[in-house]
Amino acid sequence: MAYFRVEKLVKKFGGLMAVDGVTFDVEKGEIFGLIGPNGSGKTTTFNMISGVYPPTSGKVLYRDREIQGMKSHRICHLGVGRTFQVVKPLGRMSVLDNVIAASFSRVNSMREARSHALRTLEFCGLTPVQGILAKSLPIAGRKRLEIARAMATRPDLLLLDETAAGLNPTELVEAIELIRKIRENGTTIVIIEHIMHVIMTISDRIHAINFGQTIAEGTPKEVAANQAVIEAYLGTDYA
Amino acid sequence: MDVFLQTLVAGILKGGLYALIGIGMTLIMGVMGIINLAHGQLMMLAMYVTFVLSTMGVDPYVSLFVAMPLLFLLGVAIQKFLLNPLIKVETILPENQVLMTVGIAMVLTEIARFAFTSDYKYVTTSYSSKTFHLGNISFSVALTVAFGIALLFTAAMFWFLLKTDLGRSIRATAQDKDAATLMGVNTERITVITFGLGSGLVAAAGCLLTPIYYIFPDLGGPFTAKAFIITILGGLGSTVGAIFGGVTLALAESMGATYLGMEYEDIVGLTIFILVLLFLPGGFKRLTKV
Amino acid sequence: MKRNFYPLLLLAVLALLPLAVKSNYFLHLMILFLIWVVIGSSWNILAGFTGQVSFGHAAFFGVGAYTAGLLFTHLQVSPWWGMAFGGFAALLIGLPFGAICFPLRGAYFALASLALGEGIRHVATIAENFTGGMVGIMIMPTFISKVPYYYIALALAVMSVLSIRLIVNSKPGYYFVSIREDQDAAASLGINTTLYKNLSLSISAFWTGMAGALYMNYMGFIDPHVVFSLHDYSVMAILVAIVGGVGTIYGPTVGAFIMVAFQEFFRTGFFGLFEYLGDKTGSTAVSVLGDAVKQAHVLGFGILVIVVILYLPNGVVGDWKKIRRNVFRIKPAKEGV
Repeated sequence: MAYFRVEKLVKKFGGLMAVDGVTFDVEKGEIFGLIGPNGSGKTTTFNMISGVYPPTSGKVLYRDREIQGMKSHRICHLGVGRTFQVVKPLGRMSVLDNVIAASFSRVNSMREARSHALRTLEFCGLTPVQGILAKSLPIAGRKRLEIARAMATRPDLLLLDETAAGLNPTELVEAIELIRKIRENGTTIVIIEHIMHVIMTISDRIHAINFGQTIAEGTPKEVAANQAVIEAYLGTDYA
Repeated sequence: MDVFLQTLVAGILKGGLYALIGIGMTLIMGVMGIINLAHGQLMMLAMYVTFVLSTMGVDPYVSLFVAMPLLFLLGVAIQKFLLNPLIKVETILPENQVLMTVGIAMVLTEIARFAFTSDYKYVTTSYSSKTFHLGNISFSVALTVAFGIALLFTAAMFWFLLKTDLGRSIRATAQDKDAATLMGVNTERITVITFGLGSGLVAAAGCLLTPIYYIFPDLGGPFTAKAFIITILGGLGSTVGAIFGGVTLALAESMGATYLGMEYEDIVGLTIFILVLLFLPGGFKRLTKV
Repeated sequence: MKRNFYPLLLLAVLALLPLAVKSNYFLHLMILFLIWVVIGSSWNILAGFTGQVSFGHAAFFGVGAYTAGLLFTHLQVSPWWGMAFGGFAALLIGLPFGAICFPLRGAYFALASLALGEGIRHVATIAENFTGGMVGIMIMPTFISKVPYYYIALALAVMSVLSIRLIVNSKPGYYFVSIREDQDAAASLGINTTLYKNLSLSISAFWTGMAGALYMNYMGFIDPHVVFSLHDYSVMAILVAIVGGVGTIYGPTVGAFIMVAFQEFFRTGFFGLFEYLGDKTGSTAVSVLGDAVKQAHVLGFGILVIVVILYLPNGVVGDWKKIRRNVFRIKPAKEGV
């Protein structure tokens, strides 16, 4: 079976069908992109995978194990990490403390947590700002902190939700670098992204959805040329 | 059977009054997300105003025209000077606003106690204990009038929110404050007016209650509690829900008092409150569309 | 360590106090102060650190008091064992309390906790056969002198504050604050938010319950109206923590001192100032005003709440820099001069 599989996921909110039977497989070690216009159901899919709410129907299989409906913290312990589209810094804690809190998911003592956190900050390039309160960080720092926190939980599979939105060109380059570094470190990545440049550049394969349904899947080149995808993004430039 | 019917009637009539108490709060909570633990105290003040006016020979129903504007202004002042500033305050506890209303409640209660002492005060009118009969069931005149006026006010609120510009602005602010601001609604002014409206409405309830209840400084607390139960039962921001909530609570209290005993009256309310919080987070609103 | 200097100094002063001060009145005030250190600090664990603002803490205080009292009157269990049992009874009550309230967020949690606190008060009043109802419970105090009570209160206060210090720099401490800052983010980081919220509540309820049991032993008399009082215990606990500094270790200690002093200030008419002035000037107006002031401590609290929330929302400890600037006119050092 595939390393990670989402099978016929459905999510209904009252009368609204947010996700309507999405299915895809992710291979170990790949960077798998998820694209679609606003409101197409991408974040809802992530929320179902990471346990924010259970699917109306369908399965999520991680290493052959069904994880749909599990609570978020358990899914984290199993090795699935995520960042949030609207970043959720632990505002009144320092950057270091944010990552220490995350580190406690893998170690138990204060000392170990601290050194683990410092190493993670180093890996993510956040060492210079470790003492700053999270809420004082500019958007690029906050997005990076989201990633660092998730990385501190030592995920084998990492879900990145729009980590590039709001970044300027320099910051974008740095973000792409970090994501590549994470994959090289052995983490499989599923990434939602709006900024075409980013997702087309780093993804191995891409899955496109619209109105909660799959409209295309393939390599970046294949998906970019797909008629249905182009129509869904009518007017959006390939940036 | 008669006992049951009598209890039922008493409950429904009281429900009208309760609805009026709840409407002010559901408006404030639904529109502004403000939890006002001083709601009952505002009603208490209105009742004292009615009392003072009655010593000057003014009928409670006429006092409506004095107490309502007075409390409206007080509500406006409270929101403008004490609650609106809190939105900008940076603090660990987001529940500061709730606490502020606790402080306001304490101040209002103690001022009333200072001015009027803790003694029970009564306003008796010619119709205070009058009843009329339909078959074997007696209807309290005062309660029936209160029921009628409460329904009038509820209908008026309903119409106001749906049909007037101000009402629409209020609903817009309730749904999405930022969006409303972007569309030209002065949300600060709206919150101030809404709080004033809520205060005015509960003042009306106070005036209507005066002929058939006794007045003392500490009556605010239990009525604030009732207002909450009604609000949660009926769903935040729903005027029709307030009617359902008011009648439901009043009926439960009536039944509880008749069949369980007087001392269970408050516990019935509290139990409903907790049950509803747990199992029906949207209140009756879930079942209706308003 | 500079960080520990002032607390240790305070502890030394408190430990030696009864040797220097013999006045029963003063000792009584200090015992009240210490009890409030415990209640305020334990409320702070749940609210200041974990972000769950409870308006019903009187429930735990009262349960602790009643457990100690009832164990003594019905089973002749020593009230001192009663203290430990009081703490655990409060902790046990905390479990359904949490189960009902924790699924609710923000102000709804506050409301539900208020409702529960009041509900427990009603139950204690109605269950006459078990609790004695409005009549309350009376037991013989163990000690005649106040001094032993003082030291027991001091020990309790030290233990509760120490437990906070231990928690703050540990896994539970980080988890509590993470839950406060963003519960959903915390869950995504592997934090079992339900477990940790209940843990925080258990610790909080335990200490408050013990304080209640101590109160039972010390005062010798309780009734539901007193120990389950919304204003005198639930709201006061919030005030103590807020005035002192929510989310800080020593804030509630400072707050307890201020609040007890404040209450006494009013109760005695500004420490006897009005009486003095009344005598000196022979003016009845002053005496009447003095009487009014003596009754006005609740009014004073109300005004204090309003003022603190508007201007000092983070308490004396939390907003210390602001106080230094505005009250003491100490400006921060200029750079590059």
